[in-house]
Amino acid sequence: MYKGGEGMWAWLFHRIAGVAIALFLFLHVFDIYLIGWGRDVFNTVIALYRHPLFELGAIALIAAVLFHALNGIRIIIVNLFPPATTIQKHMFYAELVIVAVVFIPVAYVMLSRLI
Amino acid sequence: MRYGFQGTPRPAGGFELFSWFFMRISGGLLIVLVLGHLAVMHLIAGVHRIDYDFVVQRYRNPIWRTWDFAMLFLALLHGTNGLRIVIEDYVQSKKWRLAAVTALGAVLFVVIIMGLLPILTFVPIGAGGMEVVQHGP
Repeated sequence: MYKGGEGMWAWLFHRIAGVAIALFLFLHVFDIYLIGWGRDVFNTVIALYRHPLFELGAIALIAAVLFHALNGIRIIIVNLFPPATTIQKHMFYAELVIVAVVFIPVAYVMLSRLI
Repeated sequence: MRYGFQGTPRPAGGFELFSWFFMRISGGLLIVLVLGHLAVMHLIAGVHRIDYDFVVQRYRNPIWRTWDFAMLFLALLHGTNGLRIVIEDYVQSKKWRLAAVTALGAVLFVVIIMGLLPILTFVPIGAGGMEVVQHGP
């Protein structure tokens, strides 16, 4: 499929992150649906998300969403402006830097609430 | 590998071309909708504050309902179509590929109804706004 390099990793991470986000979305549909069962049922179920393991999962999910979003922008840029293909590797590294710059403070805020 | 990043020719036509455009347009919209959703729920509010009454308060503003509807509708189609592409890349057998894609279609049918129903039917009633029309037992 791919011979390695930045493009392969971008493609692979995009795919893994996308599948993970989609599977979480299906779970999320079920917990939100339970709001129709009334206050008690919904509050009991939604309280599960406050468990530290779920909070860590949320932090991982945010990392996946950020990467998938930024890499999606890179794909759209290359599609709209094909000459950008020549700098797609640079864009991949720029993307990783932006993801890290946004993710680290977000993870810090969420972890500090957890502790 | 049909949905690559670097100058992979886009599909010539038909459903796959529609899918190609849909993934990029919905993806662009979802960046705003999903990152906004995550910022509000996980940074501004925080999961420890989210409960039934939080949703009642939030849905007093019709913009959030519209936001959630657009976000969920696009996300389910974008996510399911992405899973379809993954299935068609990895499931070699025609029979199993058809079975997997059909099962995925059934899942999409269920989650689109289950997901959009609360967004459409959650209606705070009266001045207190603390009761809702329930669609559950």
